[in-house]
Amino acid sequence: MLKVENLTKNFGELCAVDRLSFEVTQGAIQGLIGPNGSGKTTVFNLITGFLQPTAGRTFFKDREITGLPSHAIAQAGIARTFQLVRVFRRVTVLENLLSAPKAQRGERILPGALQTPQVRREEREQLDRAWDLLSVVGLDGVANEYCGNLPYAEQKMVELTRALMTDPDLILLDEPTSGINPTLVNQILDYIRMLREARGKTFLVVEHDMRVIMNLCDRIVVLNYGEKIADGTPAEIARDRAVIDAYLGV
Amino acid sequence: MPDLGLLVHLAVVISIYGILAISLNLIIGTTGLFTIGHAAFFGIGAYTSAILAKLGVPWILAALAGIILAGLVAFLIGIPTLRLVGDYLAVVTLGLGEIMRAVFKNWIPVTRGPMGLPGIPHAAILGLRFDTAPKFLILSVICLAIVFFIAERIIRSPFGRVLKGVREDETAAQALGKNTYRFKMIIFVTGCGMAGLAGSLYAHYISYIDPGSFVMWLTFFIILIIMLGGLGNNVGALVATTVFVLLREGLRFVALPEGLNPAALQQLIFGLLLIVVTIFMPRGLIPERKITYDRERDHAQS
Repeated sequence: MLKVENLTKNFGELCAVDRLSFEVTQGAIQGLIGPNGSGKTTVFNLITGFLQPTAGRTFFKDREITGLPSHAIAQAGIARTFQLVRVFRRVTVLENLLSAPKAQRGERILPGALQTPQVRREEREQLDRAWDLLSVVGLDGVANEYCGNLPYAEQKMVELTRALMTDPDLILLDEPTSGINPTLVNQILDYIRMLREARGKTFLVVEHDMRVIMNLCDRIVVLNYGEKIADGTPAEIARDRAVIDAYLGV
Repeated sequence: MPDLGLLVHLAVVISIYGILAISLNLIIGTTGLFTIGHAAFFGIGAYTSAILAKLGVPWILAALAGIILAGLVAFLIGIPTLRLVGDYLAVVTLGLGEIMRAVFKNWIPVTRGPMGLPGIPHAAILGLRFDTAPKFLILSVICLAIVFFIAERIIRSPFGRVLKGVREDETAAQALGKNTYRFKMIIFVTGCGMAGLAGSLYAHYISYIDPGSFVMWLTFFIILIIMLGGLGNNVGALVATTVFVLLREGLRFVALPEGLNPAALQQLIFGLLLIVVTIFMPRGLIPERKITYDRERDHAQS
């Protein structure tokens, strides 16, 4: 589904990502891990077009997406969340979700202001979807609250459900469980698994918590200083010499 | 004893400034784009409309030309500045304000420079002439109502929802597939076009314009109004416009001690008001309206 080929990013002298190649297959929950500063978030920003690679190419569903602007990549079907949550704070939870779906007719100024029947119909459909998603994650009670007034964990959940509203094929999660208490972490993990099983979504996950990643992912790519040092199943990664050295700083 | 003529005049001024406030509120309040060149677009609308009308063009076409030219200049300003995230727009529009003032002042064959343009014809639509203040009030209030209605429809539309998203977090909006440049451009051009309409009304009401009518102070005056009234709330913007215009006029009649200049006192009071409001009511007198949905009721309707 996603293929990264020799992706490289230099910031001046610093090589943040060095000839990185990997693949994410349809329906996978793939992990991307590495010590602090190993370039995980940079890889996300390169894939989603928030940064332009120095070299290398990215393919999504066999189409090259290298160099496309971030909104075009999102429209192609890649959604993402951010390490530090990025919700629209002075906008309600529902409106956060409603602003996500792609190609809404009402997002053109004229049909939107005129509220054509088609725009109203689309709004009703999206509203139903949004309410349903919020019910599933238990946020329907705060649907009309400003997002900035919610606790951090709930904001993270809003960000994830908002990403789902774009109806993506691939979702990049940047530390989905950081700053969240352990009970909720399990709920989030169950939810991610459910989305894969029931809805056929594919995930690429950056995560610091090793238990989370080992437990959730079926494949893991390990980065160190921007280079891939391992790529395999959680069991393979756990006994990989290079990975252990990188994490222990040997 | 209130003077009816003065009240009508103030009502006209309020309706024209109301258009400026609402149009700027779309750009700053709803979308979070900080522009400080609104007086320039007001001036472009005023001069374009006045010059064309003096050449015999009917008011409605002259006003339309003013709106379009203001929008076109906004478009050209937007091309380099709106692609970027940050305060580039503020810097460039600040410059534009000064440039336009210089143009009005020095392009003498067209604008007559500091002498100004006198004898601007009254506004008229299909033979209906708005040649007295009460008649003009009808025209300016209709224009204000149209602008208010359009602004409200924009704010409540899915388009307006994205504008708020751009204001809150442009990066997140991009990650949702929104071409934020396009949204920012459309609202900037629309808002500046509305300022052009306000300029046309002003020119044909006062019947005389000169470069001094379109100075930076006017822009700050309007920014102050929307900050006090409520960023993103058009009712708040109109309330604040009314309060400000009345306050400004009222200050003229206060007997001031020797040596105190009324203009300076006015600016001092407005400055203090702004400080007080930003501390105690940071979202203004009437904050942005929250758009809520009721699941049961929505279902009952559909």
